[in-house]
Order: sequence, then C-alpha cells, then structure tokens
Amino acid sequence: MLQGRIRTLVRQWQLQSMVIPGIIWMFIFCYIPMFWLIIAFMDYSIAKPMLSSPFVGFKHFEDFLTDDRFWRSIRNTLGMSSIKLVLGFGIPIIFALLLNEIRSVRLKRTVQTISYLPHFIAWTIFGGIMLNWLGEGGVINQLSIGLGIHDREVLFNSEPKYFWWITFFSDVLKETGWSAIIYIAAIAGIDPALYEAAELDGANRWQRMWHITIQSIRPTIAILFILAVAGILGSNFDQIFMLKNNMNMKMAESLDLYIYNMGLVSGRYSFSTAVLFARSIVALWLLLMANYASKKLSGDGIF
Amino acid sequence: MVKRNKLRRIGGFDIVNGMLMVAVCFMTLYPMWFVLVNSFNAPEHAVLGTVNWLPKALSLDSYSVVFNNDNLMHGFFITAMRTLFGTVVHVLFTAIVAYGLSKTNLIGRKFYMKFALITMLFSGGLIPTFLLMTKLGLYNNFLVFIIPAMYSFFDMVIFISFFRTIPDSLEESAKVDGASDYGVLFRIVLPNSMAVIATISLFSAVYHWNDYYQGVIYIRSQDLLPMQTMLYKIIAENSMSFMQQQAMAQFGARLPGNSIKFASMMVATVPILLFYPFIQRYLVKGVMIGAIKG
Repeated sequence: MLQGRIRTLVRQWQLQSMVIPGIIWMFIFCYIPMFWLIIAFMDYSIAKPMLSSPFVGFKHFEDFLTDDRFWRSIRNTLGMSSIKLVLGFGIPIIFALLLNEIRSVRLKRTVQTISYLPHFIAWTIFGGIMLNWLGEGGVINQLSIGLGIHDREVLFNSEPKYFWWITFFSDVLKETGWSAIIYIAAIAGIDPALYEAAELDGANRWQRMWHITIQSIRPTIAILFILAVAGILGSNFDQIFMLKNNMNMKMAESLDLYIYNMGLVSGRYSFSTAVLFARSIVALWLLLMANYASKKLSGDGIF
Repeated sequence: MVKRNKLRRIGGFDIVNGMLMVAVCFMTLYPMWFVLVNSFNAPEHAVLGTVNWLPKALSLDSYSVVFNNDNLMHGFFITAMRTLFGTVVHVLFTAIVAYGLSKTNLIGRKFYMKFALITMLFSGGLIPTFLLMTKLGLYNNFLVFIIPAMYSFFDMVIFISFFRTIPDSLEESAKVDGASDYGVLFRIVLPNSMAVIATISLFSAVYHWNDYYQGVIYIRSQDLLPMQTMLYKIIAENSMSFMQQQAMAQFGARLPGNSIKFASMMVATVPILLFYPFIQRYLVKGVMIGAIKG
C-alpha cells in the first residue's frame, strides 16, 4: 500500500514539481507573515533579528484599546461601510433590473459596456478627478452654487463632515456598473418560459419584475449581502488613500489607514501588528459566520 | 399575434428608463471627457480654472511637458515593464500550479488545497508583509512588483475548473505519443485554454497598470517609481516640483500645473481606454467564471 503510493509519487514527480513551487510561494508570502503576527506580543525593533525581541504580552493590545484614535478609526470604518451597505447595496440591483427592461439589445449592450469602464480606471485618475471637482471652482461647487445650495465656494474635501459621503458617491460613480454584472448574469440565467407563463396569466411588468426576476436572483442577493456584511471592517484603501488629507483625516482614517499610519509612517511595528492581529481574528470570525449563514439560507457555503 | 404587438409597444416607462440609462452612460463617460478637454486646454486659459465641456483654445503644450519629462516617461517605462513581466509571470506560474492541482490522482492534493485555502481565510497583513519584503531584499527593488503578485488563489481556482473541462482523451493521446506532463501542459492544455488565459492576463495587466500603492510602500528611489505612484504624488500630495521646473524652463511662467496634471492623467489612462472596447468581453467573462465558482 505504502509502497504503491511511493511508486505513484515517483511517477508523478513532474506534476509534483509543478505544485511544490506554488506551495513554497504560499509558505513564504502567506504563512511567514501569518507567523510574524507574533510580533504583536513583542517589542519589535527593526534593527534586531526577527524573533529576538522581548515578549511583552498584551501590552500593545491594551495600548490600542485605550487609544482614542483607534476607536475613531473603528467609527470611521463602520460609518463608511454602513453607508455603503444601507444606501449602496441596492443600487447595482436596481441598475441591473432597469437595464434588463431595456428592449433594444444594442442599447443594452452599449450601456453595459460603458458602465463597466470606470472600474478599470485607476483610483489615482478617478480620485484626481474627484479632487478637482470638489475643489475651488470645481464642478461640485458650480453645481451647488448654481442650484442655490451654498452661497459661496466650499472646499468639500477639506471639511471632514463631507468625507464619508465623498467616498460613498465616488464609489457609486465608479463601481455601480461593474457591481451589477453578477446580477445581470443571474438575470440572464432565468428561464424565459417563466416570463411567458406569467404573461399569459396577465402579469404586468412590475408583477413580473417582482415575482420572477427578483425572486429568481434572491440567492445571489443573499450571498452578496452576507459577503458585504462580512467585509464591514474593510475599506477601499486605494480610494481613501487617494482622497485623504491632513484636514479630513479625523473622518477619513479607516482601520486600514490607521494601521498604515501607525506602522509604516510612525514606525510602531508591534503596535500596529497588534491591531492587525485583532482585526484578522474578527474578520475571520465574520467570514465563518457569513459562511454559516449562507449554508443555512441556501444550503451551500461560500467556500 | 395581438398579444405580441402589445408587448412590443413602447410605453412611458420604456422612454423614462431609456433616458435614465443614457444618463448613466453620460455620468460614466463625463469624468473621462473632463480629463480629456482639460488636458488640451491652452495654458493661458487653464490659469482661469478648469473647463467643463470644451477647451477654450486647443493646445498641446501640456502634452509636450509630459512627454519631455524624463521622470514621468521613465515611470511610464517602469509601469510598462511591470505590466509585461508581472502578467507573464503571474499567468505562467499560476497556470502551472493549477495544472498540477487539477489532477485528482495527485498525491497530497487535499493537503495542498487546504494549505492554499487557509491563505484566503487568514493573512498576516500589511506590517508583517512589509517586514518580510525588507528581509527578502525586495524593498526598493523592481522585483517587488513581480514576485509577490506571481500567484493568486482566485485565478488558480479559475484555471483548475477550466482545465477540468478539457477532454481527457486529448491529454491521453499526447501521453501515448510519449509526451511528459510538461509537454502535455504546454502543447495541449495551454493552447486549448486561450480564452481563460486572455481573461486572467487582462485582469493581471489592469492590476499592474493601475496599482500605485506598492510603489508608495516599497519604492524609495525615483527611478523605480511606476507612473501611477508618480501621479499619486502629483495629485494627492500636490508635489509637482520635478515637473514644474521643467515646465518653467520650457514655457516660462505661463504654464499652470492643472493642465499638466490632466495631461499626465490622460497619458496614464489612454492605453486602458484604447484597449477597453476590445478586451471588455474577456473581462466580463472572467467575472462570470469567478461568480459561478465563488
């Protein structure tokens, strides 16, 4: 038995030699950093060898839990994620539903193609446009003065109170079309016979949309919603990093940015690793809960 | 027949909906239009602020500054190199690993898959990864763009599921003819996987082209900075010193920063805009495969 397996293994040496470099890569680039999370419990200094720093227990955890700036970053992360979840989650669904009602195939294709485009534009570019629009003499100021909302120019991106909304709206502008793809695909998979039958029964457009389209894509909606809830501690770093500045930092500093600022800007490696560690644990728990919820709902896990 | 006609009739809803979709297209395209017109705006007008619809006077001065700026052009070169090598290495490496793992009789397969899956659930994150890169000598090294982006679990799963759809008989007949596993992979399997290779290459290329964050974290020397990182510095940190000097030398005081910014943004985006119409169906296909798997 064992001998047979060894013989197979030898016969498979080529296949094994394809897989093993991948395993080594994962070991180096995923497992070693995981293992190095241990510096959260040390006073790590970059000058010393990796594991020779003194252990300090939960000191850094106590430090960040009593740091107001940490709690501020939690508030900002949850604030931005909640806006995205509550106001933003439905937008791609509505877009997909409305797009599905377009009768002309050519118009539908064109709208689809165009609406995906901004997803592929870098945040440096898109953020640059936003910064210009929000600044002095920018499009937003022209609009708000023209519509009489403000009577003089506002530097929107320097006022912290606008920041969450700036991230929300710029994200909607950039990602709505792309986020709708999954729903568009799900809608395309619905059996046309269902619509024909409903039509014969005299269902109107709204009834068909509600009873057939939405009911059919409900599993997709459920899974994406669960995933969105599970990702609530994350933020779009590329976006926030581009739009943040010293003036709006108190509303802009998400957990990711806090870790970056504490670790790479201030050089407090152990401290920010402690934050990372705690966040990874919570994120893992959220993911496992999401998987559990998805199994309960649809009988199928996410992974 | 009557029913059919009734269904085809265009009602008020269709008109409103159609206009709404056109409005969506407008809002999507307008930001790019905005960059385009402002990049062509003549310097003497650009001082007065940005224009919304059309340039007040067409001018190529900003582009002339951008294309004559050695720093920015070098950044363009670095970006092109990392996109080229990064994509080739990523696709090859991920495909080879995936091919091995697609064989159900592979000894240790279950273990390998679990080993890979765990990396999806838990990760070291920013600080340990940063320390690892410095210890590996990848800090301020061009390879930091390539090696850490060599492999992706998600793309591997897409490859595996695609390789499984290739009929075994194809591979078997090549084996009978004496081909090795590598021979089968490179001569039979990969040539039959062009659609999925195109999709994954494009996603990888777009990532490499658009990424600015790796450059912010890992690169110190000016001559290794990718163009997007330079743009980040120009736009978000407003540090245009290295461009301004040259612009001053070239045009004197009349060239304002704004239109140079827009011209650089345009130069950084044009490749994506040019290829987008041709590649978008592959990109969409990629999401579909991913959605079914994920």
